[in-house]
Amino acid sequence: MWAELAVTTAKVVVVALAMVTTVPIMVWVERRGAAFIQDRLGPNRVGPLGLFQPVIDVVKLIFKEDVTPAAANKGLYYLAPLISLGVAMVTFIVIPFGAGHDVSLFGVPLRGLIVAPDLNVGVLYLLAIGSLSVYGIVLAGWSSNNKYSLLGGLRSSAQLISYELAMTLAVLGVLMATGSLHLSDVVARQSGAVWHWNAVTQVIGFAVFLVAAFAETNRLPFDLAEAETELVAGYHVEYSSMKFACFFMAEYLNMATASALTVTLFFGGGTLPGVTLTGWLGLFVSTAVFVAKMCFFLWLFVWVRWSLPRFRYDQLMQLGWKGLLPLATLNLVWVGIAMTMGWLR
Amino acid sequence: MGTREQRLAAIRKSFPDEALVAEVPGGDLQTFRVDRKVLVDLARHLKDDPDLDFKLLLDVCGVDYPERAERFESVYHLSSLTHGHRIRLKVPMPADAPVVPSVYPVWRSADWFEREAFDLMGILFSGHPNLKRILCHPAFQGHALRKDYDPGQRWLLREGEQDEPVWARAVQEDEDHFETQVLNLGPSHPASHGTLRTVVRLDGEVITQAETEIGYLHRCFEKMAESHTWNQVIPYTDRLNYCSSMMNGVGYALAVEKLLGVEAPPRAQSIRIILSELSRVMDHIVDIGANLNDIGAMTPFLYMYEAREELYTVLEACCGSRLTMSYVRVGGVSHDVPADFGEGVRFILKRVPQLVADMERLITENRIFRQRTEGVGKLSSEDAIDWGWTGPCLRACGVPFDVRKSYPYMGYDQLDFKVPIAHGGDTFARYLVRVEEIKQSLRIVEQALEAMPPGPIIISDHNVALPAKEKVYTEMESLIWHFKLVMEGMKVPAGEVYGFTEAANGELGYYIVSDGSGKPYRIKVRPPCFAIFQAYPHMLKGHMIPDAVAILGSLNVIAGELDR
Amino acid sequence: MELVVFYVAAAVAVVSALVAVSHRSPVVNVLSLVVTFFCVAVNYALLGASFLAAAQILVYAGAIMVLFLFVVMLLNAPSEQPTPEPRPVQRVAGLALAAITGAGALFLLLAVRVTPGVAPIDGNAVALGRLLVGPYLFAFELISVLLLAALVGALVLVKRKH
Repeated sequence: MWAELAVTTAKVVVVALAMVTTVPIMVWVERRGAAFIQDRLGPNRVGPLGLFQPVIDVVKLIFKEDVTPAAANKGLYYLAPLISLGVAMVTFIVIPFGAGHDVSLFGVPLRGLIVAPDLNVGVLYLLAIGSLSVYGIVLAGWSSNNKYSLLGGLRSSAQLISYELAMTLAVLGVLMATGSLHLSDVVARQSGAVWHWNAVTQVIGFAVFLVAAFAETNRLPFDLAEAETELVAGYHVEYSSMKFACFFMAEYLNMATASALTVTLFFGGGTLPGVTLTGWLGLFVSTAVFVAKMCFFLWLFVWVRWSLPRFRYDQLMQLGWKGLLPLATLNLVWVGIAMTMGWLR
Repeated sequence: MGTREQRLAAIRKSFPDEALVAEVPGGDLQTFRVDRKVLVDLARHLKDDPDLDFKLLLDVCGVDYPERAERFESVYHLSSLTHGHRIRLKVPMPADAPVVPSVYPVWRSADWFEREAFDLMGILFSGHPNLKRILCHPAFQGHALRKDYDPGQRWLLREGEQDEPVWARAVQEDEDHFETQVLNLGPSHPASHGTLRTVVRLDGEVITQAETEIGYLHRCFEKMAESHTWNQVIPYTDRLNYCSSMMNGVGYALAVEKLLGVEAPPRAQSIRIILSELSRVMDHIVDIGANLNDIGAMTPFLYMYEAREELYTVLEACCGSRLTMSYVRVGGVSHDVPADFGEGVRFILKRVPQLVADMERLITENRIFRQRTEGVGKLSSEDAIDWGWTGPCLRACGVPFDVRKSYPYMGYDQLDFKVPIAHGGDTFARYLVRVEEIKQSLRIVEQALEAMPPGPIIISDHNVALPAKEKVYTEMESLIWHFKLVMEGMKVPAGEVYGFTEAANGELGYYIVSDGSGKPYRIKVRPPCFAIFQAYPHMLKGHMIPDAVAILGSLNVIAGELDR
Repeated sequence: MELVVFYVAAAVAVVSALVAVSHRSPVVNVLSLVVTFFCVAVNYALLGASFLAAAQILVYAGAIMVLFLFVVMLLNAPSEQPTPEPRPVQRVAGLALAAITGAGALFLLLAVRVTPGVAPIDGNAVALGRLLVGPYLFAFELISVLLLAALVGALVLVKRKH
């Protein structure tokens, strides 16, 4: 009992810290990456290669004046950033970061560093909690009592609902093939070879999922809720200081979660094709592999953001409903056929 | 077509003699004094007669002559794009009844020009649908460009007195239309690139009605010009279109030179051409970059800014200034170019195309970009001419009108370049035209640089140009000329001129009236984006907010030039 | 432990459901309904029906209520709107409906013995799936047809407006 509690607490602390640490790292990567893509230097004054820039950013954000609009709906105005950040902080607890089903600590099995206790609907939990993140944005947009933020909130509620549908359908293909809602099973099924990865067996589903993931994280080309050149800053135009920082952190945490989920569902999680390691070594190696794969997708987020223009609202809706949704359905049909014919193992 | 006389006869045939008086030839343009009673009929005739075909109303302005019996004069400049001829109409009116019929029903481009003449000169245009102040705020009293206006007065605009469209007030009171709301885009908005305000009425996110308010950057350029000597005006012209300040100065200097009857030496012309074309490249670069940034693509924006940085380096080497150059003088330029000028320009000729190519590879075929721009802000060529459009925006509607080709100046006719046009009339077409114009401008620069002759950089007429410094110290004659020029300014013969050049946004016109003293009597600038921007609220209808931003960027509205 | 969670969740669910029907601000109504759904989902999870719990949040809290919120925000109604006095017919009809529903709930409570703490169905999605396409296939299909009809109806209503 106590050992289990201690191990779970330790897992929570380690994984949460690791996820939160991605935020400053990603801020740095984003700024230096943007500079690299745009043929300029980027932050390079604070520390070597500007590495301590995020620290200074945090200090700046903490000491910024915290302004609350007089006409705002105070309760919801304070609640909104907390919802955003809170939802972003609890989604990753079902993700199996490493292998290591045979490793125990104090007699408690580590189960691939999944934080949550035995949750037999891991994927659904993730999608369900993730679907709540829209409330943070919508309430922020509404409670600020500002027309620009309201438009941002409206845009994002429509966007998130539309893309969640496509995303869920794409995930459904993976779940069908796996026959389980456990994310560890999803990973286990993809081990062994690259052509077992769902990204290979379900290319369409993967494409739909990736596009929807960009939309769900509100990143360019889908950052319509924010759209700084149209809606000034969209839903968080009235937020400053740490309340703004909450949204900011939530965006990067959501990116990290989306990357982790992509790796888990479509890129074989922590497995390395052709390598089978057990014990503690297996745990470490698979976690490292997982993080490496995750880094690629995190970079992809940055890369895409600085390469593409932004969609227009109606075009976004059209893509979601007329493009991604039929494609996701097509993917389901393909998985069904492939399973019946026995093409998938 | 035909000669001046034939055209004159054609215009005169259906109007009584006393209503339409031709001024003695000798000025720069065929000029008529028109009785205000026949103005609208004449306007229709001029526009609709295929032999005349004055489809383009370039400018409307008021001039104040307090000593005359008919104190005010409303001046119209017309152009025919098919025949290539131009005329000027003047409508005098007495001080106690400064009323003239509006020509808005004939040319829609009169809309804002007439409002401006009303605002600054107090001329009433009867029949104008929306005759209210445009550059000054509603609490302003008096008309600033009248000669008897005291510039020392201050008018405060208090909260609640600002201009609101009537329909905007109605919507705010109407609570039943819950999907309708009024949104202010500006005056301070990330995509306005300057201080502009657009009030839009939204149905969901679709704009159903729009109105723009300008004048936030009004600095009374025209009033200030009247109290400065001719050369002192040049720094003010830099602040018109600050993205390509050189071309404003060149346009002004050419207009004054036309009135003086002098011409700058070939080397000065060559320098002017090179720097003007580099400024055009700069202007297009800023516009494309900002437009793309508004659409959400920030990276090409920074590629473009790198190119602009290289261009600034060369400009800075010539005159020590990057943004506001003040390099041109009447009769030439202020200094010769530095010794390494050729190398700097050749580096630009190499580097800028690379950056433009990078941007094109990244964006031109991008499907999101195409979706965001194709068919957005579409305007037919007829409408564009009716609104008084010129420059790249008109050429994107398929009208190959370019002052450099149609009315060559400074020796543009000896240079080989093309006038790119596109047929969409939309935001994408404007992007394409500007990209191609960058390439053509660089071609011009290359040729002009090869052919740059040695020689003086300013004329030696001592009424116009300051004598060389060492001569001032050694020769009595030169010292006297220097003193007189600095203290009194150059003497420009009495008369009037409409000087026009192809600036980055289109035809930049200076209507200058001189009374023979050391200062201009009246300068009216015809800023190209003023005519372009007045069509903007009409183009917005049925588009969404993101489109409004994309269209605004593609029109390249420069507030400094718009508000003066 | 589970009992404490159950009572807390149930109490919050009831209170927020009351807020949902009584509060004047439409946004607060919607949000309290979200809280209710969330608490109900917690109770599902306690019963071992974790699939149902997740689906409850995903579908109701995450999608349907967002649409509600969307509409309420578009309405942009002032938060302190005076409620119009209900008509007598509305009062009578409302009371009658409440009485019928209440009686039905009471009957269920008395007639059906539910052993607390025991899950009526396995939380496993497979079992739920078998039930849906097995014994309840007809009802399942019927509901999907109903939803389709509602969808078409909504489309027709919107089209007529424009």
